[in-house]
Amino acid sequence: MRHSITSDDIRAPEMAKAIESCVHCGFCLAACPTYASLGEEMNSPRGRIVLMKNVLEARLPAAEAQEYIDRCLGCMACVPACPSGVAYGDLLVSYRAMQEKQRQRPPLDAIARRLIRETLPYPRRFRLAARAGKLGAALGAALPAPFAAMLNLLPGSLPPAMPLPPLLPAQGEKRGKVAILLGCVQQALAPNINYAAAQVLAANGIEVHIPPRQSCCGSILLHVGAEADARELARRNFQAMPADVDAIITTAAGCGSGIDDYALLFKGQPDSAEAADFSQKVLDFSAYLAAVGLRAPLGFSQERRVVYQDACHLLHAQGLQREPRTLLRQIPNLRLLPIADAGMCCGSAGTYNIDQPAIAAELGGRKAESILAAAPDAVVSGNIGCITQLRQQFTSRGEALPVLHIAELLQQAYSHSAASS
Amino acid sequence: MKNAHPLLQALEALYPPERLLTRDAQLLTYESDALTAFHSKPAAAVIPISEAEVIETVRLCHQLAVPFVARGSGTSLSGGSLPIADGLLVALNRLNRIKSIDPEQRIAVVEPGVVNLHITHAAAPYGLYYAPDPSSQSICTIGGNIAFNSGGAHCLKYGMTSNHVLGMKVVLADGAVTEFGSDSLDGCGVGPDLIGLFVGSEGLFGIALEITVRLLPQPERYRTLLAAYDDLGKAGDAVSRVVASGMLPGAIEIMDRLAIQAAEAAVQAGYPDAEALLIVELEGEAPQVEAEFAQLQAMMRASGAFELRSARDEAERARIWKGRKGAFSAVGRLSPDYIVQDGVVPRSRLGEALTRIKALKTKHQLEVANVFHAGDGNLHPLILYDGRQPGALEKAEALAGEILALCIKLGGSITGEHGVGMEKRDYMPAMFSEQELDIMQALRRAIDPKEIANRGKMFPSGEAPALQQRGMHPLERQGVISRE
Ligand SMILES: Cc1cc2nc3c(=O)[nH]c(=O)nc-3n(C[C@H](O)[C@H](O)[C@H](O)COP(=O)(O)OP(=O)(O)OC[C@H]3O[C@@H](n4cnc5c(N)ncnc54)[C@H](O)[C@@H]3O)c2cc1C
Ligand code: SF4
Ligand code: SF4
Repeated sequence: MRHSITSDDIRAPEMAKAIESCVHCGFCLAACPTYASLGEEMNSPRGRIVLMKNVLEARLPAAEAQEYIDRCLGCMACVPACPSGVAYGDLLVSYRAMQEKQRQRPPLDAIARRLIRETLPYPRRFRLAARAGKLGAALGAALPAPFAAMLNLLPGSLPPAMPLPPLLPAQGEKRGKVAILLGCVQQALAPNINYAAAQVLAANGIEVHIPPRQSCCGSILLHVGAEADARELARRNFQAMPADVDAIITTAAGCGSGIDDYALLFKGQPDSAEAADFSQKVLDFSAYLAAVGLRAPLGFSQERRVVYQDACHLLHAQGLQREPRTLLRQIPNLRLLPIADAGMCCGSAGTYNIDQPAIAAELGGRKAESILAAAPDAVVSGNIGCITQLRQQFTSRGEALPVLHIAELLQQAYSHSAASS
Repeated sequence: MKNAHPLLQALEALYPPERLLTRDAQLLTYESDALTAFHSKPAAAVIPISEAEVIETVRLCHQLAVPFVARGSGTSLSGGSLPIADGLLVALNRLNRIKSIDPEQRIAVVEPGVVNLHITHAAAPYGLYYAPDPSSQSICTIGGNIAFNSGGAHCLKYGMTSNHVLGMKVVLADGAVTEFGSDSLDGCGVGPDLIGLFVGSEGLFGIALEITVRLLPQPERYRTLLAAYDDLGKAGDAVSRVVASGMLPGAIEIMDRLAIQAAEAAVQAGYPDAEALLIVELEGEAPQVEAEFAQLQAMMRASGAFELRSARDEAERARIWKGRKGAFSAVGRLSPDYIVQDGVVPRSRLGEALTRIKALKTKHQLEVANVFHAGDGNLHPLILYDGRQPGALEKAEALAGEILALCIKLGGSITGEHGVGMEKRDYMPAMFSEQELDIMQALRRAIDPKEIANRGKMFPSGEAPALQQRGMHPLERQGVISRE
């Protein structure tokens, strides 16, 4: 599309490029969950591109477009659907970061956002704050939807912290060496995920380093417009992570795709090359394990029927479709069941977005129905947001269906108790 | 003028605020269809969720003489669903229910906002599918397909949309509700073909509310062949050979180098590196398809193809088609703007037409990508330009005009399936006599005396939304058409 963007934002060229390559053909509409549920152009990828274009051209006040941009789940389903190669993710992330800086917020919101900046990225502070209670309610409205979704997981009490050793030696013949990036919110809410991932990697002959001085990846701060703080956190990780590892592993889909945005975050910074190197090294747990190849797991003594739920930030943002399935198919006695509309977002991003209960419920409901139709014994995903959303959906339907992280399922498949049970 | 507009006041009583769009941010996103060279802002857009709402809306427009435009998914490439400035836009996307599927009778009854491909998905469990397959089938609606009598790669064998619509319920532009055709596969067979009249009317007669379509049994066997050529003309001649042989493939498509590159970048279809690529697909009962496939391969070799590849499985076949179907949009990777033309030439003159287009593009110093339904002579040259350069659009339009003039001269037509819409209305006099145009106008006025349905489209000049097209029309400049 033609445009006359005059914005002097540092990422204006990336935004302009995405807009330029959009030919307004509408192919992306078929993939967009908000379009599926609302059926209106403003809530479609094509419509949002038009809106952002008009704001950047100073033809439309940003406040008028906000509602529709806010409603975007950031699920990136529109990206692989676009034949013209529009980098919608670059546009959205840059646009949101720009708007966050300019947006006038009510004072309460401002306080909440400070809390976010000073609490969320630090698991220890976060645990303290969470124990003090009501963190989720206080922050929910100010957070971008995917993070608010994670916060809502906050139970009455958090699971005990699960300290991990700085090094887990490889079992058997050594086949690789990695470091784990623990992440922030997930580590506080569900520490078992990283614990399971480390064990599974070690059982596969991978030496696992868990550098204690690491921090949050910073993408949460980029999303609230605190770019400088985001870069500070990222830089700590550049320091903390050993240079001689094959990969830096993440078990949180959001961290993986957030780190992919470092090119945007570090644009024009002196250490942009270092940032690029770092993000090159970061790999999702399932991608790494599928690449090195699984050592035969023990598997289950009885057939387990499993649905794999694609997290948008793995499937669409990182293109990981085959890898997790390849892993699961290697587990003896595990039967992987297909479901309808597997690529459609489960609505976890929107669930707790206070404005969007209807869309979130609709998407969550559709996903729960298509999973239940396959009659599985367990559901597996690679993302805490989806796990939370599905658990809530099943609970509200009175279904006691376990929902696990793929690392947790693999951990079971390697343990003797599961095999003999 | 907003709420003072009597139509808006009336609509407020009919629609809840979330389905009556009047704010800038809302309307901006409806300003264009897939031809972004044109844009225009309506006074309002409505999103009906029931047939009754559509009927009442059209009645109000008629009563108050406010022009309206029906909109499906806005994938029209000719400005067909471009709104009318200060008129009403009726977005039919929430009328998207498949009302029934009858596998015995092999029919489906659907609402107008149903996406083309969704009918096939719903029919699949019965071993049936909906045959017309525009490249935009994953998102375009049946309502839009009807308005443009849309076709697709496989329409070579099975015909366009008009061959697959059995019945229709419509609200005419004056608010009258009527039904055409019947649910029976034989049709009623008595009296004039009113379905034929409505299909292809580009939204000028009213809005389709319910459509009964024919479903076909899924073919038992597909065989898909890619033939690579070092020259576009040779690929064109190969098509003439297939046609002359009497073989009737399901589809025959051509892509040239630029289109191949764009599609390859988009979906990694595994196309060979070539000046031109022919995709030929045979379908039907297994023994016949296999026999013909051997014959086809021999024919392609004789036509000068330097490489032949056949799809080994369904996944490979799907990839080949994904590349072809995404090709228009994929060209967006090569150029910020393009115009897609839709001219038709007799199949026997395909090679000649392609050679002449090549000469024209050299003359105008513009890039042209070719990707088209070769089997029925329906060309789709995509003229690439950069709209930010002053004069670039005009230059591209000039070339487009010459290509259309060429199609007419070779005995073809200005549109095969994308419709006249806004874009090609001024070329109508080059195709039709004044008398023919008068008859069309008379017919239109009989149905829509106030000319409110999609006003300004299809017919030359007339009241038009704000256009970016300026100056003399390219055909005027060449003396092919003239204005009094
Ligand atoms: C990338 C791309 C590839 C394409 N490939 C093909 C192809 O292979 N073959 C082909 O034929 N076309 C193709 N098209 C063009 C387009 O997809 C078709 O014309 C399609 O039928 C338009 O459907 P739509 O739902 O988007 O309609 P819209 O663009 O919204 O509307 C098209 C016309 O239909 C009218 N209309 C819509 N609904 C109704 C209704 N219920 N009653 C009466 N009138 C109505 C509108 O007023 C307008 O005049 C392509 C377009 C794109 C962008
Ligand atoms: S599919 Fe791509 S080019 Fe087409 S409208 Fe969507 S973003 Fe734009
Ligand atoms: S990111 Fe998801 S919700 Fe947002 S526009 Fe793309 S497909 Fe729609």
